[in-house]
This record gives sequence, C-alpha cells and structure tokens, in this order.
Amino acid sequence: MDVVEARAAARGALHDASQDGAQNGTHGLAVELAGVRVAFPAPDRRDGTFVAVDKADLAVADGEFVAIVGPTGCGKSTLLNAAAGLLVPAAGRVSIYGEPLAGLNRKAGYLFQAEALFPWKTALENVAIGLEVAGTPAAEAQEKAQRWLSRVGLSAFAGRYPHMLSGGQRKRVGLAQVLIRDPRILLMDEPFGPLDAQTRQIMGNLLLELWSADRKAVMFVTHDLEEAIALADRVVIMSAGPTSRIIGEWKVALPRPRDIAEIRLDPAFHALHREIWSKLRDEVAKGYAQTEGAA
Amino acid sequence: MRRVKLLFLQVLVAVAIIAIWHVGSTYRIPAGVLGAKAFYPLDPFFFSTPVDVFQRTWRDFYTGVIWYHLGITLLETMLAFAIGAIGGVLVGFWFARKQLVAAVFDPYVKMANALPRVVLAPIFALWLGLGIWSKVALGVTLVFFIVFFNVYQGVREVSPTVLANARMLGMNERQLMRHVYWPSALTWMFSSLHTAVGFALVGAVVGEYLGSAAGLGYRIHQAEGVFDVTGVFSGMLVLAIFVIIIDTIVSAIENRLLVWRPTAATGLK
Repeated sequence: MDVVEARAAARGALHDASQDGAQNGTHGLAVELAGVRVAFPAPDRRDGTFVAVDKADLAVADGEFVAIVGPTGCGKSTLLNAAAGLLVPAAGRVSIYGEPLAGLNRKAGYLFQAEALFPWKTALENVAIGLEVAGTPAAEAQEKAQRWLSRVGLSAFAGRYPHMLSGGQRKRVGLAQVLIRDPRILLMDEPFGPLDAQTRQIMGNLLLELWSADRKAVMFVTHDLEEAIALADRVVIMSAGPTSRIIGEWKVALPRPRDIAEIRLDPAFHALHREIWSKLRDEVAKGYAQTEGAA
Repeated sequence: MRRVKLLFLQVLVAVAIIAIWHVGSTYRIPAGVLGAKAFYPLDPFFFSTPVDVFQRTWRDFYTGVIWYHLGITLLETMLAFAIGAIGGVLVGFWFARKQLVAAVFDPYVKMANALPRVVLAPIFALWLGLGIWSKVALGVTLVFFIVFFNVYQGVREVSPTVLANARMLGMNERQLMRHVYWPSALTWMFSSLHTAVGFALVGAVVGEYLGSAAGLGYRIHQAEGVFDVTGVFSGMLVLAIFVIIIDTIVSAIENRLLVWRPTAATGLK
C-alpha cells in the first residue's frame, strides 16, 4: 500500500518536474526527498536529540546538477547521507527513481569531503576496486581503471599510493573511483573543500567536462556560493542549523559548456550571485553566531 | 655520508664499552695506589673478560655445540609467535566485529593480561612437561595479547569515511573484511611485530631458564649454576646476535608488506 502510494507520488512529482522544464529531457526524478527529518541522539541537549535537518523537500531530476549551499554546520552533508542511504531519516521519504530507498543507494556514487581512498591500494587499484567487487575480472577492471586514470589526467601515476599524491591528485583518483562504476546519481560532499583556489577551479572544470559526457544527476554540497553557481543548473539554499531547512532555490540559466574561471566575469553570474547572497548572508551570520556561541 | 657517520658512532660505542671492560678485567691496579693490595677494577671472576667471552662464543659455534640449542630456541620462538599471532588475529577480529563478545570478555582479558607470565611457567611445565611445548605456551601468552590488542584496535579504528566509501562502492561484508578491515589491522599488527617477536623469544628463553634440557636459556642457566661467568656472557652475546638477526628479518618483511605507508617509504632507514 505504502509503496504504491509512494510510486504514485513520485510519478506526480515527475510530471511536475517535466513541466518545470528541468534541463535536457527528464526521464524522471533521480532523487526525491520529501519531508525528511534527520535526528541524532544528543545526551547533552534537553530533549536528548539533535535535529540536524527537518522538513527538507528536494527533488533532483535525472541529469540535473543541483548545488546545495548553506552556512557551516547546517546539515548539508546530512541531507546527502540521507540520499546515499548512509543515514536513515527519522521521518519523511527518500525515493530514488521513484523507488523508496531501502538500505544503501545502489544507483549513487559518493565523493567524500575527507580522505576516502584506500591508503593501502595504489591509484590504479583504488579506481579498479569498485568494478572488482562487482565481479568484473581483475584484468578488465584494471584496464578500465587505467583508462579512467588517463581521463582524470593521472595515467602516469597509476602505481602511486595515495600518500605519494597531492591533495588535488587524490581528488582526481576519488572522482575516477566513483565514476568508473557509472552511477546514475553523483553525490558530492564539498569534494574540493580542502584544495587551494586554483586547484578547485581546475577540478571544477574537470568535473563539468566529465559530467557533460553523460549528464548524471548530481547533488553537490558546498559552502562556496560562487562555486555552486558556476557548476550547477540549480542552487538550493539551506538555513543555519540546527533544524535547518531548505529556504530557497534558484535556477542558474547560464549557458553550457562553462568555464569556471570565465563564467565568474559574466554579468548574469553577478546578478544571480547578488540575489542569492542577500538571502544567504543572514543565514551565514546566524550559523556563525551559533558555532561561535557553542565554542 | 650521514649513514657512514652514524655507523661509525654506533661502532664507537661498542668499542668504548669493550675497551673499558677489557682494560678493567685485564690490568691490575698496582698495590699502594688505591689500596694496600693490587686488584682488578672489574674482577674477571665476576665479569669475565671480552677475549674469553669471544673465544668461548667462537668455540661454541666452531665446534657446533651451540647450533642445537640455538635451533631449539628458534623453533620455540617461531612456534610461539605463529600460534600467538594467529590466535591474536582471529580473536581480535572476532571481538572487534562483535561488540557484545568484547564487552563480556573485557574484564577477563584485562585480568589475564595483567598477570605476570613468569608465574605461569611452572604451571605450563606441569601441564606440558619439560619439552618445547611448555616454552611455546609461555611465549604464546605473551605474543597473543600484543597481537590481539593491536588487531582489535586496527579493526575498530578504520576511518569511518573509508568505510563509508567502501560500502558506497558496493562492498559486501566479506569484501569489507578483505579490502578494508584486514589491511588496516595488518598495519597495526606490524607496528607491534618487533615487540611480539621479542616477547616470543623472551617466553622461550625464560621457559628454558626455569626448567629444560636444551636451548639458550638452558645454556645460560647451566653456566650460572657453576659460576661460569664467561659462559653466561657468551650465552647473552649469542642471544643478542640472534635478536638482531630476527629483528632485521622482521624489518625487511615489514617494509615489503607496508610499502603503501608514508613512514615505510620515506622514513628513517
């Protein structure tokens, strides 16, 4: 009964999305979060729980690049983990291509903020592992991994261990590791956060280049509004935590293909940035006051 | 260049100690200088002399009497290490993956580990006789806990991000074990390997010392029984050489298996 209802709801939402005119011919909703609430046990709080996210509604169409922006500690990653199936929401519904999500999201690849490569495997082995565990013969997996390493510009570094690579190179390996499995959905949690400004731009362009090849649905979490506008089709803003919600969203109508560095000079970029920032500014101040107050 | 200098300084320390020992145990301080009678600063009855010790050691190797005892001690050490390490890995994994088991056994593990193993030696001799197995058992009780604690820690301290990544990449429980938990535990185990091998040897030698008919510990004990200080020092020298060789082999294995570790590739060598 529940499943039928959920599917019906998803189909309805699908209809909305296509009317919405989401980019490049939607086949459906890749990710749909409806009224999602995520709470963690917190013994130091009066009610014993910490509500990271509440009443979050977010739909990502197939092939759409959505960036989620919000102040530090607003539960952006929590939302992503709910979509990945790493966290089970306390309330609400997560659907992936119309199916309610049970367990891990098998259609998604996840690029983490922190170091997530296997330090005991070489770059090549790190990329190949996703295919190997799925039963691809080792030789074939390694050959494909080598191809992916060249696509991210690391063909000469196949035999290096992660600690021998720079931060940017490790992120490239991470990207190849996730993309080699060809997931329909790409979840990215501030993937370029720890990198320096130049490397971030290069990685942003690399991401857009790889993405434009087969347009996966992307949920890209960042605290950098400029990065979000430069990359995404749609920018979603979250309020300061705890109990953060989605408080606004903007379509980014900038033309593709884009160059991350050049698009920042576009007047339309500036106009959009000013508009979103006026809303985001208050939330950033609120979030900052809270983290400072807690410290 | 720095390596040569370091080696030179290391040898210098040995030369200085042996020189002091040699002079002190060979030349008498003449009567009237520090006392009424002439005396050795290091009496050879108590300290032997370096020349005697080296001669005895050389003769033992040359005539071959020591090889048998060395072989026995090596066998005991290797058995103690292998059994202790395998047990430690299995139980470490089991405890780390089953939190209830770990919680139930926690006080008993602590209790058993706090016990000085020497007191167990007579019990093992009683149970297992005076052959090699009582020594192996003593070594196992030492090695097991070191490996166990390290594997337990290694499995528990896998980075949550790496674990989440592995799961998102589609690994099932068995693949997680092979590609994530096992390599992580291996690092921790190897960081304790030098200690573990050392303790396996301690178990063997102490066991031999307390009651046996062969082995380096037995040789030292026999020498002590007849106030043969040269024999005791010679036994200690053989033991020291033995330990250094084993330690070198362990280091070589470690460097080979842990090439991916930052310290293994760029650390001090």
